[in-house]
Amino acid sequence: MGNPRFGKSRKYVSVLSCVLLFAGLLAGCGGSNKNDSASPSASASPSVSASPSESASPSATESSKPQDKVTLSVLTDNSQDAVNVAKALMDAFHAKNPNITLEMETRPSGSEGDNFVKTRLSTGDMNDVFFYNSGSLMQALNPEQNILDVSNEPWQADVIDSFKQTVTMNGKLYGAPTNATMGGGWFYNKKIYANLGLTVPTTWADLTANNKKIKDAGITPIIGTYKDSWTSQLIMLADYYNVQAEDPTFAADYTANKAKYATTPAALRSFQKLQDTVGYMNKDYLAANLDSGIKMLAEGKGAHYPMLTFIIPTILQNNPESINDIGFFAQPGDNTDKNGLTVWMPSAAYIYKNSQHVDEAKKFLAFIASPEGMAAVGKVSQPTGPYVIKGAVIPDNVPQVVKDMLPYFDSGKTAPALEFVSPVKGPNLPQITVEVGSGHRKAVDAAAMYDKDVEKQAQQLGLAGW
Amino acid sequence: MNKVWKRTYTYYFLLPAAIIYLIIFILPTFMSFFFGMTRWTLQDWTYIGLENFKTFFQESSLNIGFKNTFIYAVVTCGLKVVFGLLLGVFLTSKIRTKNYLRSVVFFPTLVSTIAVGIAFSTLMHPTEGLINTTLASLGISGPDWLGDTRIALLSVAFVDVWKGVGFATVIYIAGIMSIPEEYYEALQIDGGNSWHKFWNIILPLSRPATNAVIILAFIGGLRSFDILWPMTRGGPGFATDVIASIIYKQYQAGFYGLATAGNVILFLFVSVLAFPLSLYLNRREVDL
Repeated sequence: MGNPRFGKSRKYVSVLSCVLLFAGLLAGCGGSNKNDSASPSASASPSVSASPSESASPSATESSKPQDKVTLSVLTDNSQDAVNVAKALMDAFHAKNPNITLEMETRPSGSEGDNFVKTRLSTGDMNDVFFYNSGSLMQALNPEQNILDVSNEPWQADVIDSFKQTVTMNGKLYGAPTNATMGGGWFYNKKIYANLGLTVPTTWADLTANNKKIKDAGITPIIGTYKDSWTSQLIMLADYYNVQAEDPTFAADYTANKAKYATTPAALRSFQKLQDTVGYMNKDYLAANLDSGIKMLAEGKGAHYPMLTFIIPTILQNNPESINDIGFFAQPGDNTDKNGLTVWMPSAAYIYKNSQHVDEAKKFLAFIASPEGMAAVGKVSQPTGPYVIKGAVIPDNVPQVVKDMLPYFDSGKTAPALEFVSPVKGPNLPQITVEVGSGHRKAVDAAAMYDKDVEKQAQQLGLAGW
Repeated sequence: MNKVWKRTYTYYFLLPAAIIYLIIFILPTFMSFFFGMTRWTLQDWTYIGLENFKTFFQESSLNIGFKNTFIYAVVTCGLKVVFGLLLGVFLTSKIRTKNYLRSVVFFPTLVSTIAVGIAFSTLMHPTEGLINTTLASLGISGPDWLGDTRIALLSVAFVDVWKGVGFATVIYIAGIMSIPEEYYEALQIDGGNSWHKFWNIILPLSRPATNAVIILAFIGGLRSFDILWPMTRGGPGFATDVIASIIYKQYQAGFYGLATAGNVILFLFVSVLAFPLSLYLNRREVDL
C-alpha cells in the first residue's frame, strides 16, 4: 500500500501535523484557563485581574499619578454573611485608604472550601488576604510555610488572649479576627418554658427533667436536624466547657495522644449526654435540615435546639416577630457551680506569605482588628456574641437572646471549643454522633470509635506523638 | 516493521490521542499507586509504605463500604437487567405509541443525577414527602425511606435503577432488533406462542445485550457515588457508605494519601470482580 516515494515526506507531514494539533490543544487550554481566572475579577471591577503578578502591570502603566495604586485581592467564603462582612470591611478600608483598591473573590464553604484553600496555597495562587477559620483548620494549612507571621503587629495588643491562642502555631500569631464570637449551647422557647412552669436548667439532670415534662405535655423537647449531619455534633462539642472544667489538662493531653475520649470520664460524658437525648427529638429528625430546624424553633414547634448562635441573624430575618420568644443557655454540666459556655471563635483574616503587597495587606489587617473595623462589621452582620477586640462593644439593641450569653463572658465562665485549642479533630464525628443520637450506637462504643478516627487524622496530619 | 508503515494512515495519527491518554490517564494512575503509599498534603509527602492500606482495611468506618458497595452493585445491576429486558421486549413489540414510550423510558437518563437525587430525597421525606403522604392517604404509614438504616441503601438503589433503566432498555432494544426475522418465521411455522418467542428466541439471542448491560451496570454500581451523595451522604451514620463515598470523605478531610490509597483499592476491587465476570459472560455468548 502507499507510494514508497512519498513515504518519508508523508511521515514528516504527519509528525508536523501532530505537533501542530497538540500545540493548538495546549494553546486552547491555556487560553481558557486565563479566561477562567480573569472572569471573577472582571465582574467585580473590569480594570484589574486576580493574580498578583498581573495586577502589578496595570498599576505600573497607570502610575503617572504620584502615589502608587495597589490592588489587594481578598478571598472569602460564599455564604451571605461572610460576603457581607468582607464587603463592609473592604469598603470601609478603601474609604480610608483610597490608594488601595480591594477586590473580593469567593470560594465554597465547608470542607470543599478547605480543599479550595489548600489547593490555592499549594499551587502558589493564593489571594493577598484570605478569610479562613481559626483553630485546627488554620493549623492544617501549614502556616509557617504559607501564612505571614503577624506576631509583631501593634494591633495584637487589642486582641483578647482567648482568640490569640486559636491563631497561634509554634508561638507565632497568624491572623486577625473578622467577626464576633459565637456561643454553642441550647436555644429554648421561652413561651413553652413559661406555659409549663419550667426554669432554665443549670445541671444536666435538670435539663433531662425539663425534656421529660415537655414530652409529657405533647411538645417536641429537642429539635434534631440530622440531615445536615454536622448539626448532630453540637451536644458533644458544646459540652467542652464542662470537660475542661472537670479535667483542665484534657486538651493538652488529648493533643499529645495521652488522653482519650473513651477513657476520660469527663470527656465520655459528652457522648453520654448525646445518648440521653435519644427519643426526645422530632419524628423527622433524620430528614430535617438546619433551615427547617431554625423554622421549628422560631415557630415554637420544638422546645430546645442545641445549636451555634450564628443562627440568630437568620431568625431575625425570617421570623423577626418571634426573636423575643427565644432564649439561650449554655449546655449544663453535672454541677451547678461549674456552669459555663463553650465559645466558637470567629474566622480570621490571613496574609499570604508570598503576597506582592505585604505592607498594604498588613494595613488591612490592622484595620480589621480595630474597634472601627468591628463597627463596620456590626453594621451588616448581627453580632452573635461579644467581639474579641478590646474596645469593640456590641450595640445595646441586640436581641435578648444574644444578651443571654453575656453573663457567662462577664463572669469569665467561657472556654473555646476543643477544635480551637487542639489541632486534633476526627472527620467522622458527624456520622458517629448521628449514630449515637439515633440510638444505633452506645456512647462508650462511639467514644472508642471516635478515638480511632482521631488517631487516623493525627497520623495523616503528621502530628508529633501519634 | 516495514509493513506497519505501509498502511493508508500512519500510526503517528494515534499520537495526539495517545499523548493525552498518557498524560491525563496512564500517568495519574501510576502516580496514584505511589501516592497511595504516602502521607500527602498536596505540598509535600512522606513515604509510609502500606500503612494507608492497612488503615483502610482495619478501620470499620473505612471498610464498612465493601459490603454496601457489593449489595448496591448486585441489586442495581439485577434490577436493571430484569426491567431493561422487559421494557425492551415491550418497546419492540407492535404498539402504537412506541416512539413516545421509548423517549419516556429514556428520559430519566438525560436528567442531571444530582437533580434526581435532590428530587427523590424530597419525595422520600418521611412526613412531608409525596410518597409517604400518598401512602398515608391510602391508610398506610410509609417507612422513613432514607432515614431507616435497614432500607436506606435499597431506596437509593431503587432511584439508581429508575434513572439507569432507560439506558439498559436502549441496549436491549438494539439487541432485540438485531435478531434476524428468520427465527420468528421458524417459530410461526412450528406454531410457537409468544412465551416461546420470548423464552427460546429473544432471551438467548439478546445475550450480547444482556452481557453489555450486566457489565456496565455492575461496574457502574461498584463505583456509584453521584446519586448516593445528594440523597444520603453515606448516612444516617455510616449506613449507606460505599467505597466511593468513603474515599470522597477522606479527600474532604484532607487525607490525600489515604484517599488515594482508597482509590487504588476501589480500582482493584472493581477489577477483581469485573474482569472474571466479563470473561465468564463472553465465553457463553452465542453467535446469531
